Amino acid sequence: MREEGSFFYTENLIVGYEGVPLIRDIALEMKRGEILTLIGPNGSGKTTVLRSLIRQLALVGGTVYLDGKDLAIQSGRDLARRLSIVLTDRIRPELMTCKEVVETGRYPYTGNFGRLSEADRRIVREAMTMVHVEELAEEDFAAISDGQRQRVMLARALSQEPELIVLDEPTSFLDIRHKLEFLSVLQELSRKRSLSVILSLHELDLAERISDKVVCIRKDRVDRFGTPEEIFVPGYIAKLYQISTGSGQEYQGMPELPRAEGKPEVFVLAGNGSGAATYRSLQRQRIPFATGILWKNDQDYPVAQMLAVDVVAEPAFCRVKEESVKRAMRWIESCGQVICTLKPESGGDFYPELGELLAFGRRFNLVFR
Amino acid sequence: MKRIHYRSVFLLLMTAAAVLLLVNICVGSVNISPGEVFGVLGGGGENAVHRDIVLRIRFPRALAAAVLGGALALSGYLLQTFFHNPIAGPFILGISSGAKLTVALTMVAAFKMVRQPGSGLLIGAAFVGAMISMGFVVVMSGMVDRMSMLIVSGIMIGYICSAVTDFVVAFAEDADIVNLHNWSKGSFSGIGWEQVAAMTGVILTASCGVFFLSKPIRAYQLGESYAENLGVNIRWFRVVLVVLSSILSACVTAFAGPVSFVGIAVPQLVKYLLGTARPMLMIPACFLGGSVFCLFCDLLSRMLLAPAELSISTVTAVFGAPVVIVVLLRQKKGRAGER
Repeated sequence: MREEGSFFYTENLIVGYEGVPLIRDIALEMKRGEILTLIGPNGSGKTTVLRSLIRQLALVGGTVYLDGKDLAIQSGRDLARRLSIVLTDRIRPELMTCKEVVETGRYPYTGNFGRLSEADRRIVREAMTMVHVEELAEEDFAAISDGQRQRVMLARALSQEPELIVLDEPTSFLDIRHKLEFLSVLQELSRKRSLSVILSLHELDLAERISDKVVCIRKDRVDRFGTPEEIFVPGYIAKLYQISTGSGQEYQGMPELPRAEGKPEVFVLAGNGSGAATYRSLQRQRIPFATGILWKNDQDYPVAQMLAVDVVAEPAFCRVKEESVKRAMRWIESCGQVICTLKPESGGDFYPELGELLAFGRRFNLVFR
Repeated sequence: MKRIHYRSVFLLLMTAAAVLLLVNICVGSVNISPGEVFGVLGGGGENAVHRDIVLRIRFPRALAAAVLGGALALSGYLLQTFFHNPIAGPFILGISSGAKLTVALTMVAAFKMVRQPGSGLLIGAAFVGAMISMGFVVVMSGMVDRMSMLIVSGIMIGYICSAVTDFVVAFAEDADIVNLHNWSKGSFSGIGWEQVAAMTGVILTASCGVFFLSKPIRAYQLGESYAENLGVNIRWFRVVLVVLSSILSACVTAFAGPVSFVGIAVPQLVKYLLGTARPMLMIPACFLGGSVFCLFCDLLSRMLLAPAELSISTVTAVFGAPVVIVVLLRQKKGRAGER
């Protein structure tokens, strides 16, 4: 099964606590410079697997190989030069500046008393620049924000000059901008410096974008292992997370809350991505609605599918059929309320029926949004 | 900039230690001028009584206070590192009391055999007691996850050991009771050169050992997981830490009995004085700080009610306990600010 040239792989790995197996038959592998992401519901054992991979939890069985060598028999110092970590443990060192925290990453390279050479200091500076925390150097680590702290911890791990970096939910405390920034740093390092990355993520959309390989962990097993294209297929993620109440555009990791069921009270004339916000607003107010006319390649379409009671839709790049116009009109009539999220003239050459529908809608209660 | 700050802190501590050492030798029921003290130390000195007072009583006592104070502070620093707990210390965790118990037992047994126990025997006994208490505390720390609970269990161990010690002392021969009683309350009095030599040898060796740990201690400050990932052999490191801190506090207890609050207060004070937690600086600074603190407290214990003496813990508690309270308050504030 295993491809030639795997940098990191496991064999018959069984992880658990105190000899009691929790997850069996874990077969992972990645090449140098790849990004491998662990996803799975809370409590599924992502952290247990990660802690086992970094030798902080005794294996119940099997072997972990790093660069062809058994991880268990490498000396602490050798391993420290190859593998660094960013964990969820909240550390609270007293009276340590951010720079001093990053400097601890040089531990495996310094002498008996840990004195830093000029080269060590340069590497520390570079690591801090890479994750944009150089301006925090002299700040007290205890006094900065969670997001900044997380980035300082990444700089710390990078100053260790690892070949593999393992991160446990590194994006949890970050806002969206810093999530993207954080992951883009990882991606850049993996591409430019062949840094291999193993991380666990809660954000499925981000996992799909950043990963070369994805591991899905579910309760007692590795449910699936493969490329994002193999993992993020319709229906699978909902199964993995056992989502039943809501529905999901789940393969993009953008779940929606459950739709408001019942006889539609509003018809939403939408399209071209203009409707999603209105759909969600109606969902929040628990107002059932129908919508149309959408083409199936419209950005509104997946959201509408999840939130609308009925969607009047056409296949991509096809003319609107007479039948669809009639169905839309029937909904307009039965709802008596129309919200239009399009500009009246936006039908253009391809969608002249919009004018027809608007004219029909004006006989009822029509609002533009 | 920072370097200058560190240097001036060290200069301050060293000057304070030197000055207090001299003052401790000069001041007492008989005041002796510094000039005369230097004369005696230089081998001269016309007044035979003064000579005796300086060489046989005050000088060894002052040195003992300095060395034992340093040992206590360092022991406290190690325990605070080990438990990631700013108010850990040998006294509060019951380690001093455990040592006290075994030393008392040894003393009583030795007196029964009409023999003064030697320094080595006392240190050994104290070390055994310290390790036993430490063992309890470490086991407890695995069972309770709140640090306040750890402290409470340490205090309980301390009380039990003290109670048993009092019981043992009550059964000692009348003539020995005064001696034992003084010792069991904590005092630097009656320490002679032979003992100073023994304690200095052991404590300086252990302190050097601690200094060699400064690199792993630095890594350990980030927590166990990170330290382990950096290549620290955690199991070995923890054992060495426990043994060294037990040796240090055992030495103190063997010669001066239990001395409270130095182990907690001094590392805290020194840390804020230095403005950093770097072990390379903290370890020597703690030792010096402990010396200064104990010299100062011993001076007060002799002077305040002269010619009677206060027990050393009475004085160290007055200065040390407020520090602990301040630390606790700061912690609470720090945490409230985080949320």
